[in-house]
Amino acid sequence: MAELFWLIPLAPGLSAFVLIVFGRGLSRRWIAWQASSALFLSFILAASSFLRLARAPEGAAALTKTLLPWIVSGAFSSPVALTLDRLSAVMALVVTGVGFLIHVYSTGYMAEDRSFARYFAHLNLFTFFMLVLVMASDIVLMFVGWEGVGLCSYLLIGFWFERPAAAKAGMKAFLVNRVGDAAFIIGVLVLLVNVKSGGFTAINSAAADGLLPAGVATLAAVLLFVGATGKSAQVPLYVWLPDAMEGPTPVSALIHAATMVTAGVYMVCRLSGLYAASVPASVVVAWVGGATAVLAATMALVQTDIKKVLAYSTISQIGYMFIGCGVGAYAAGMFHLMTHAFFKGLLFLAAGSVIHALGGEQDMRRMGGLKKHLPVTFPVFLVGAMAISGVPFLSGFFSKDAILTSAFAGGHHVLYGLGLAGAVLTAFYMFRVVYLTFYGAPRAWKGSDHHVHESSPAMTVPLVLLAVFSVVAGYVGLPALFGKDADRFGRFLAGTVKSVGHHLSGAAEGGLALLATAMAAAGIALAFVLYRRAPELPGRLASRLPGVHRLLVGKYYVDEAYDAVFVRPLLRGSEAVYRHFDLKVIDGALNGSASAAGLAGRGLGLLQSGLVRDYTLAFLIGTVLFLGFVLL
Amino acid sequence: MIPASAFFYVAAALFVLGVLAFFVKKDLLTQFMAVEVMLNAGNLAFLALAKALGKAEGQVIVLFVITVAAAEAVIGLAIIVLVFRQRRSVQTDDLRDLRG
Repeated sequence: MAELFWLIPLAPGLSAFVLIVFGRGLSRRWIAWQASSALFLSFILAASSFLRLARAPEGAAALTKTLLPWIVSGAFSSPVALTLDRLSAVMALVVTGVGFLIHVYSTGYMAEDRSFARYFAHLNLFTFFMLVLVMASDIVLMFVGWEGVGLCSYLLIGFWFERPAAAKAGMKAFLVNRVGDAAFIIGVLVLLVNVKSGGFTAINSAAADGLLPAGVATLAAVLLFVGATGKSAQVPLYVWLPDAMEGPTPVSALIHAATMVTAGVYMVCRLSGLYAASVPASVVVAWVGGATAVLAATMALVQTDIKKVLAYSTISQIGYMFIGCGVGAYAAGMFHLMTHAFFKGLLFLAAGSVIHALGGEQDMRRMGGLKKHLPVTFPVFLVGAMAISGVPFLSGFFSKDAILTSAFAGGHHVLYGLGLAGAVLTAFYMFRVVYLTFYGAPRAWKGSDHHVHESSPAMTVPLVLLAVFSVVAGYVGLPALFGKDADRFGRFLAGTVKSVGHHLSGAAEGGLALLATAMAAAGIALAFVLYRRAPELPGRLASRLPGVHRLLVGKYYVDEAYDAVFVRPLLRGSEAVYRHFDLKVIDGALNGSASAAGLAGRGLGLLQSGLVRDYTLAFLIGTVLFLGFVLL
Repeated sequence: MIPASAFFYVAAALFVLGVLAFFVKKDLLTQFMAVEVMLNAGNLAFLALAKALGKAEGQVIVLFVITVAAAEAVIGLAIIVLVFRQRRSVQTDDLRDLRG
């Protein structure tokens, strides 16, 4: 079945096509089955291909298939070709696996929605583009997927486009991504000009063999990374992701937590040869990741919207992945990407289940005491929160530890410190959500006529499955503490992505793990004290430190700053151009030529008297003149 | 023996008469006859040239012109009849719907 691996993206693509064209005429039942089974088929194909690759010896060739020739220009050519090697197989498995569960969940979550067919059409289309991005053999085709997922992200954020906030959020996501993508495309061109090929193997080996001048490698790597900061919501282009929470919650889980936003990390790992060859670019990647990890975590501290907390948390966790990539531990970055897809997908879906139960309420100040009412959602949310906080022996603990250990071992002690600080904050804001949502006295929702109920099995079964993965996914990549070959994930990817090996003594590694555990415990304990034991404390703290509180609630006023520096001058400039150039010059030229043509028509119309003798006279005069000219 | 130039003068006079009649008259039927006069002026010139040059082509062309003129007369008269049925008039000054 592994020979059919090229069908992995095509199955959801075909399903999306059918739903877009015929969706209106299909029943909800059919749509739900078709969209989910397309993903299931992809998942089965991805899993069998993955097994084939896992069984093949280390250096075995990747699965490739050229579907059709595409751009051919002189010596350069870029075919539509798909590749499944160990790296893309892991990513494809995550995308199809988590994607399938989210499709199933959506059949329950969106059951009442008017635009059921449109929703699943766009969700399928997104999966198609994401898999094209993942499985592309060269960077040009990857860019097609890259833009495609951006488009679907726009369509799905603005899914409820009747709401102005949703429409605006979609536009913001699209425009902010445009900024990054402009840099990305320049980076692609730099590579194409210098490597003369877009193939990832060609680029990586050119960089590794030193065929690429150091300056060019750095330039290309940094430009591509600017694109990644847009897609993966890193400083300074992260501002669109919190607003993207206007979309349906399963969309947030699939696109804005598990898959699309991690595309930047995947891209860096895909081009690990290029990034490893450029120290300055790696430093940029690591520091942007570190800064984002901490900044986003601080902004998550004071959010009151449950989905916004998760959004900032996603930004912060992707920051960790970039720390991993930046310090040369690409496999650790991918590892965290995978575990994050499970536990953040789980957290979003569980939050969606809470929102669903409360009839659309997202404000945590109006929740509380839901523990008893949501007997499935509560434990799985708790598992997700523990996994992301780094509670030992859950997946997040191992993957975060892998990144932080690599950072420490590589001598990046400041980055390691940033990571630890982020870990405290992460544990704190996650358990703040847990206590505010599920514990304490019910606030506001009690007594309202909406009946609070646990969600249907279509929603709870995916939650439980994701919770299981959030617990066990970490065991594929155990630290060296558990034995020399414990890091099976890292060994699996060793031939595909670069890795910069650093070795720590067992004691040092154990110490780092203990320190990380202590940080998680500190964060959880702090949340317990502030939001369970003494719920009046946070308010007092806020009034004690009004400046800090206002800064955090205002999200460091980054949106306002961007608004003042970029958005408003641009709007004002556009307005001026519209008034003075569009209305006067362009419209003037257009209207002028129209009225000139009208005048000319009216003038020439005078010649058309409609009298036969006028015409014959003209004919006669013309003939006489012509003959006179010819004969005389 | 009548000189060839005499035929040309007659042909030219006939042609000019046809042109004048076309412009002076205002009903389609007469204008149509004026066109026929012009055609025959042309025929006469062809015949004169054929005789003067001693060649047969001129006469052949005249036979063609007569054939075409006959066909043209059929269609032209049919149009005039139809126009009259529609408009109850064949005055060209009344038929000026296509003015600008």
